[in-house]
Amino acid sequence: MNISRRHLLVLLPAAAVAWKYVEAGEPEASPNYRMSEHWWGMLINIPKCIGCGNCVRACATENEVPDGYFRTWVERYHVTDTNMTNPEVISPDGGKEGFPVAEEDAGKYFFVPKMCNHCADSPCTQVCPVGATFVSPDGVVLVDQKYCLGCAYCVQACPYGCRYLHPTKHVADKCTLCYHRITKGLTTACCEACPTGARQLADLKNPNDPIHEFLKTHPVEVLKPQMATGAKAYYYGLDGSVR
Amino acid sequence: MSGLKDAAHLFRFAGLFVVAFLVFLVVRGYVVPKTFGQYGHYRGAALGEIAARPVKFAGHQTCEGCHSDIADTKTKGAHGHVNCEACHGALAAHADDPTSVTPVKPDTLTLCVRCHTATAAKPKSFPQVNPADHMGGVPCETCHNPHSPALGADAGASPAAGGAK
Repeated sequence: MNISRRHLLVLLPAAAVAWKYVEAGEPEASPNYRMSEHWWGMLINIPKCIGCGNCVRACATENEVPDGYFRTWVERYHVTDTNMTNPEVISPDGGKEGFPVAEEDAGKYFFVPKMCNHCADSPCTQVCPVGATFVSPDGVVLVDQKYCLGCAYCVQACPYGCRYLHPTKHVADKCTLCYHRITKGLTTACCEACPTGARQLADLKNPNDPIHEFLKTHPVEVLKPQMATGAKAYYYGLDGSVR
Repeated sequence: MSGLKDAAHLFRFAGLFVVAFLVFLVVRGYVVPKTFGQYGHYRGAALGEIAARPVKFAGHQTCEGCHSDIADTKTKGAHGHVNCEACHGALAAHADDPTSVTPVKPDTLTLCVRCHTATAAKPKSFPQVNPADHMGGVPCETCHNPHSPALGADAGASPAAGGAK
């Protein structure tokens, strides 16, 4: 195709105007929600988890997570008395359909739900070359999927393995802490579906949130604290063998 | 003057730089999204876009708006803290349009055992049974009202009154 200089001069501004129109599409956010009033986290109560997989299924339904990929998953740890440092960890299909029956008197078993820790000093957001992933003003680590290139630096950078490349969108995908729900006053899908209350959404800026009393009175740990990620998934009853 | 005349090619070069810089500014103005940098090094509009995604789980508050009778039954029993959609699944579509979208009653033989199958990995205080010994294929709701599962705990909480319609 031959484009003359005159045509190019007409086409370029036209393309620019069209691009501007594409960029202008801004959907309505939640009108009564103020980002500056929230700082979100999650409390995970390990002794309450029964490994039913409700959270994994609910997350997949709510967020249309493709099969074989997980924004949250449940691991079952098996620690024997003589080999504390090498726990046997299983997570069949992310624990989506539960776990095989564990034998009695064979050491210690417990379930550990895993998800994005929504780190305040997140390694994944720091490596993004284009500014497609970020910590929102209310403390949620999000991916701008219109802006993401799919380079997967963030997937490698996350110390908790919480990100994946979406198999059809070819962009980074991860837990949004159900941002579309919490900004509407709902809890996350995993918390809504958890039958035992093992997961609780926590708003650390809300002085009336029971999280403050819980953190004050219970021993609580985050995963990989030595990495100083500022993780906000608080685990109660976390065994030292959990990686 | 002759010195400047000899430097004319440098001025042309400098002019080229100025033009290139202007072109860069114009292109940048068009290519960088308007809301980029609004809150940080990212597109501020992305927050609104993510927040605008549709909800699939309506939330128990929504369910209780209509099904207050079942909510009352449930509050009194051992399943009081279990949210409706933990068993019934995501039902925002039903809440939006109750007449045309009707939920399917869960099969208790698969639903209940997910949580209540006995295994050493569960906390000891959690009620657990061996499904084969406990019921041998008889659906759970034959004896238990799922909304208030203790046997004979509440006369008003019979399967007929509390069961899903």
